[in-house]
Amino acid sequence: MTKSELIDRVARSTDVTKSRAEQVVNCVFDSMTQALERDEGIEIRGFGSFTVRHYKSYTGRNPRTEEQVHVPAKRQPFFKVGKELKELVDSAPPKSDDASPEG
Amino acid sequence: MTKAEIIDAVYEKVGGFSKKEASEIVEAVFDTMKDVLADGEKIKISGFGNFVVHEKKERIGRNPQTGEPIPISARKVLTFKASQVLKRVLNPDKERLKREAAARAGVTGDGD
Repeated sequence: MTKSELIDRVARSTDVTKSRAEQVVNCVFDSMTQALERDEGIEIRGFGSFTVRHYKSYTGRNPRTEEQVHVPAKRQPFFKVGKELKELVDSAPPKSDDASPEG
Repeated sequence: MTKAEIIDAVYEKVGGFSKKEASEIVEAVFDTMKDVLADGEKIKISGFGNFVVHEKKERIGRNPQTGEPIPISARKVLTFKASQVLKRVLNPDKERLKREAAARAGVTGDGD
């Protein structure tokens, strides 16, 4: 699914126009991007959380040329899937009905 | 940042919605994504990143305390890969440093 397909589905399920849905979806991801830019984590209950990890600079090596390269310090976004979504994703395969009562 | 703050942002920046409507539509965004991922389909949000469901085979793990081998059952896991755009937003100086390094390297050897 692409962002525009997500927009279509949100528009259909909420009965707003596509252009309104597009504004909302863009605003959602823009806000999330801005939070990460501020080094702020994001927690979406039932979905997951995003954090920013800081990596120190190090001297790496180009394995082909053996040349030393300086890798600057960087920040990388990191996503941790939420419990509910994790279970949803894993429960997807049509398992032969194994009775596993979940709390 | 929480979902409530995302709803506030939608309410303030997009406008034209009541708080309740803003809340419903933001919920719909995440609910739709959850449904799609639960079906094992990936989601590509340009400028942000991709959410991909990977199927893992069964493998033998180990209890790190006792060293005892335990089977880890086959499963589906969700991973997120950030887009280059998002990575660049988080590392605004990196691009500049890279260009400077390239410029320095360019003094001795040009081209590739």
